[in-house]
Amino acid sequence: MKYLKNSLLFMMLIAFTSNAFSQTTISGKVFSKKTPLPGISITLKDTYDGSTSDSSGVFKFTTTEKGQILLIITGIGYKPFEQMLTLPSAQPIVLDINLKEDVTELNAVILSAGTFEAGDKKRAAVMSSIDIATTAGSNADISAALKTLPGTQQVGEQEGLFVRGGAGYETKQYIDGNLVNNPYGASVPDIASRGKFSPFLFKGTVFSTGGYSALYGQALSSVLLLESIDLPEKSEIDASFSPIILGIGTQQLAKNKKSSYGFSYNYVNVGLYFAAVKQTPDYFKIPQFHSGDANFRFKTKNGGMVKYYTTFGYSDLGLRRPDIDSSYLKNAFSVQNNSWYNNLSYKENLGKGWKMTVGASFSTNLDKIKQEVQDVSNQPKQFTPAVYWMNNKNFTLHNLQNLYLGRAVFEKKIKGLSAVRFGSEYWRMDYRPTFNNVAYKLIDNYSAAFTEASIYLSRDLAAQIGARFEHSSVINKSDIAPRVSLAYKTSKTAQLSLAYGIFYQKPEANQLYAGTNVGFTKAIHYIASYQKTDNDRIFRTEAYYKKYQDLIKQIPVSPTYTTYDNSGDGYAKGIDVFFRDKKTVKNLDYWISYSYIDTKRNYNNYPDLLQPNFAANHNVSLVTKRFFTEIKSGFNLTYSWASGRPYYNILTDANSKYYIADQGKAKTFNNLSFSAEWIPSVGNEKAKSFIVLFASVSNILGANNVFGYNYSYNGTYKQPVIPTAKRFYFIGIFISWGVDRTQDAINNNL
Amino acid sequence: MKKSIFLFIAACTFTVAAFSQSEKYVAAMQKNLPLFDSAKTVEDYTKLANTFERIGEAEKNQWAPYYYAALALSTAGWMPQVADKDANAERMLALCTKGEVIAPDDIAKSEIETVRNMASTQQMMVNPMARFATYGKAAGDALQKATKLNANNPRVYYLQGMSMMGTPVQFGGGKDKAMPLLEKAIELYKSEKPATLYPHWGQKQAEEALAQCKQ
Repeated sequence: MKYLKNSLLFMMLIAFTSNAFSQTTISGKVFSKKTPLPGISITLKDTYDGSTSDSSGVFKFTTTEKGQILLIITGIGYKPFEQMLTLPSAQPIVLDINLKEDVTELNAVILSAGTFEAGDKKRAAVMSSIDIATTAGSNADISAALKTLPGTQQVGEQEGLFVRGGAGYETKQYIDGNLVNNPYGASVPDIASRGKFSPFLFKGTVFSTGGYSALYGQALSSVLLLESIDLPEKSEIDASFSPIILGIGTQQLAKNKKSSYGFSYNYVNVGLYFAAVKQTPDYFKIPQFHSGDANFRFKTKNGGMVKYYTTFGYSDLGLRRPDIDSSYLKNAFSVQNNSWYNNLSYKENLGKGWKMTVGASFSTNLDKIKQEVQDVSNQPKQFTPAVYWMNNKNFTLHNLQNLYLGRAVFEKKIKGLSAVRFGSEYWRMDYRPTFNNVAYKLIDNYSAAFTEASIYLSRDLAAQIGARFEHSSVINKSDIAPRVSLAYKTSKTAQLSLAYGIFYQKPEANQLYAGTNVGFTKAIHYIASYQKTDNDRIFRTEAYYKKYQDLIKQIPVSPTYTTYDNSGDGYAKGIDVFFRDKKTVKNLDYWISYSYIDTKRNYNNYPDLLQPNFAANHNVSLVTKRFFTEIKSGFNLTYSWASGRPYYNILTDANSKYYIADQGKAKTFNNLSFSAEWIPSVGNEKAKSFIVLFASVSNILGANNVFGYNYSYNGTYKQPVIPTAKRFYFIGIFISWGVDRTQDAINNNL
Repeated sequence: MKKSIFLFIAACTFTVAAFSQSEKYVAAMQKNLPLFDSAKTVEDYTKLANTFERIGEAEKNQWAPYYYAALALSTAGWMPQVADKDANAERMLALCTKGEVIAPDDIAKSEIETVRNMASTQQMMVNPMARFATYGKAAGDALQKATKLNANNPRVYYLQGMSMMGTPVQFGGGKDKAMPLLEKAIELYKSEKPATLYPHWGQKQAEEALAQCKQ
C-alpha cells in the first residue's frame, strides 16, 4: 500500500515536471536569397501544431508535443525544408530558414534565344494556331502568318521563309521531329505557293530564327518545328464550303479517350474565282487541287503516344505569260503534282527519367513540268540552235523526289529540369528527275548523331550545350556542328539570352546534278536577346551576327553549262524587335514587328558581295485583332511594309565571267489586309454545330507591289515581277458537328 | 478477477483515447472554420489553408480538412494579389486529390468537385481565349461530375449561376440564364442539412447574386 502511494506521488511529480517542460516555443524567420517569404507553412509532422509566416517572413508557435518530431516547411515555388527537433526543449527554438527555389518549367529561365514558341503551353506563347488563322493576310497559311514576325522577309514571288538574310531553302520544316521534304505546293515561277499543312493539325509551333538546337540540322538559317496534336477533344464531322473550296472530314475519338482516328478530303478549284477576279496571267489550265488525309493516334499504357499522319495531293495548273524576248510570243508553263506524305512518331516514357521519341517518315513528290514558247495561236514554237536562249525555254521536267527517314531521340532527366538528350537520324533522299527525256539520278544517304545537355544551374541561369555530327554520302563529306546557348533571368519577368552555333547545309539538288565535288555550306550564328513577358504582354529584341562560309557559287563553263564550287561567302547582321500586347485595350490583341538587316552575299552567280535580291533592309508588320462579343464577330487587320529590295541583271562577259549589267532597287512593299470571322454559336455549349463564317481581302489599298524584275536575254528590256492579281478575296463557311464525349467519360468513371 | 478489471480499464482508456482524438479533431475544425468569416486578405486565407492542411496531414483519413484548405486557396485565388494562379490552382487540385481518395460518400466527393471547378476556372481566366478549350472544359467537366454525384448540392447551381453571370449574353450567358440557377441554389440551401463539418457555404453569396440579377 505504501509502495503504491509512493509510486503515485512519484508519477504525479513526473507529470508536473514534464508539464513545466512540455511547452516549447518555436519561432524563426523564412527567407530566400535574403528576401523574407510570407505565407510559408511551418508544420510539426503528424501534429496540428505549426504556423504560417507573416509578411516579414516571421513565425512563432508553441507546442506540447514530445519526442523526435520532424519540422516541415513548405511554400509554393520552393523546395521543402525539413529538420528533426527534439521536444520538449527548455530553451525556445529559434530557426533561420533559407528556402531554395524549386526549379520548374513554369518559373525557370527559358532557353529561348532565336526562337518564337507558340502553342497552348503555359509559358507565354507568341502565336497559336488560332492566331495563325486569324492573322489577316495569312488565310490560314502557316508561313504567311510567320511573315508577320521579325526576322522574316516579305517575299511574294516564291515560297519559303526567308529568315535573317537566308534564302527560302535555308529554312527547314520538321513535323514531330521528322524533316518534311516538300512542305509547299508545286512551285510556279514568280508565284509563292501555299504550305501543304493546315495550322489546325498542330498544337505547338516553334519558329527558330537562328541558333537552334543540335537536334536539328541541314538548315543554314532557321527551322520551323511543328508538333502535331495528340488526341482531339471530341468526335466531330467538319465541312467547309467556299466558291473555291469544298471540304469534308471527321475525327473520331474513342469512348475511353485513349485513341482516335480521322480523315478528310478537300477540293480546291479557282475557276469561278478567276472568272470573277481577273488575273494577269492567262490560265489555260485552271488551278485545281485534290487532297486527302488520314490519321490515327493512340495512347500507350505508360502514357506514351503513337501518331500516324498521311496526306495525298494532286494538283494541276497551267498559265501563259508574254515572253520577255519577244513582242508576240508567249511562255506557257504547266505543272501537275502528285504527292504522298507519311509520318509516324512514337513517344514513350521508359521510366527512371528516361524518355524516347522515335519516328519514321516516307514522302514522294512528283512534279510534271512543261514549259514551251508559243506563238499567237498558242502553238509550240521551235528555234534554231543559234538562239539557244529561246530553245532553253522549251523543256519538260518530271521531277521525282523521294525521302525515307528514321530518327530516334532519347532523353534522360538528370536533376530538376536539367536533361541530357542524344539520338541519331538517317535520311535517304532518292531523286530521279527526267529532263527533256534524259533520266538523272541523285541518291544521298545522310546520317547524323547528336547530343545536347540542358543544365539549369539555378532557376535563373541555364545553359544548353550540344553538338551534331553529320555525314552526307553524295558529297562524301562530314562535319561537326557545335551549338551553345545561355539564358539568365534578370527579374521575375525578364531574361537575357545568348546563343552561338555552327550550321551546315548540303548543296541543293539542282546544284548537285552538275557535279558532286562540292562540300557543305556553312553559317555561324551569334545571337543576343532580351525578353520581357508578363501575362498579356511580350517584348523582345534580338541582335545577331551571322557569317556565311563555303556558299555555293556558279562557275559558267559555256552558255548552257555551269559547274559549282564552295567559294562563296557573306554575312548578315541586324536587330529584330517584337511587341505583343493584349492588355492595354480590352479585347484588342496586337503585335508589332520590326527588323533591320544589313546583309551581303557572294553566292550563285553574284560577281561580288551583294545584298541578296530577297532581302529588304527594313521590315515592319502591325497585326491587330479584335473580337466583339456583342456581335460574335472578330475583325483583323494586318499592315506590312518593307523597304525596296535590290534587283540585278547578271550576265556573263566574253571571258565567261559574271558581271552586273544592270541593277536597281524595287519600290517599297505595302500591304494592308483585312479579315473577319462571324461565329454565331460561340460560347453556346449546347450548340450541336459550330459555324465559322470567314471572309478576307488582301491589299485593300491596292498598292502596286513589285517583287523584282525579269530581264530580256540581251538585257535591254526589264519587266516587273508582280502578283497575279492586285487583291485576293476569300469567303468561306466552316461547320463542325461535334459529339461531346464528356458525358460518356463521366458515366464510365462513376 | 484482477485480470478482468485491468482489461476493462485498458479497454476504457483505449476508447477514451480514440474518442478524444476525434474530439480533438472536431474541436480543431470547429475552432478554425469560423475564421473563414473573419478572413479578408490573401495572407489570412493562406494561413487558413496551411492550418487545415496541417490538420489533414496529421489526421490522414479525414477529407474535410483537405477540402477546407483547398476552399481557402480558392477564395484567395479570385483576388488579384495572387499572381501565380497556376501554382495556386495546382496546390488546390493536389489537395482535392488527397481528399477525394478518403472521402466517405458521394456528397463529400461532389463538394470536392466544386473546388476543382473553381481551380480550373481560375486557371482559364489567366488567358480565356487560349485556355477555354482546356481549362474551361475541365471546369465544366468538374461541375457535371459534381451534379452526377449529388444533384442536390446547392453549390453546384450557385457556381453555374455565377459562371452564367460572368458570361456575355452573346456567348449564351447573362443574368436571365443565371437567375433560375441561383433560385434553385437558394431553394436547396434552405433545405440543406449538412452533416458535421460538411460544407454549408454560399447561401448569402447566392442571394446577393440573385439580387444583382434582378436589378
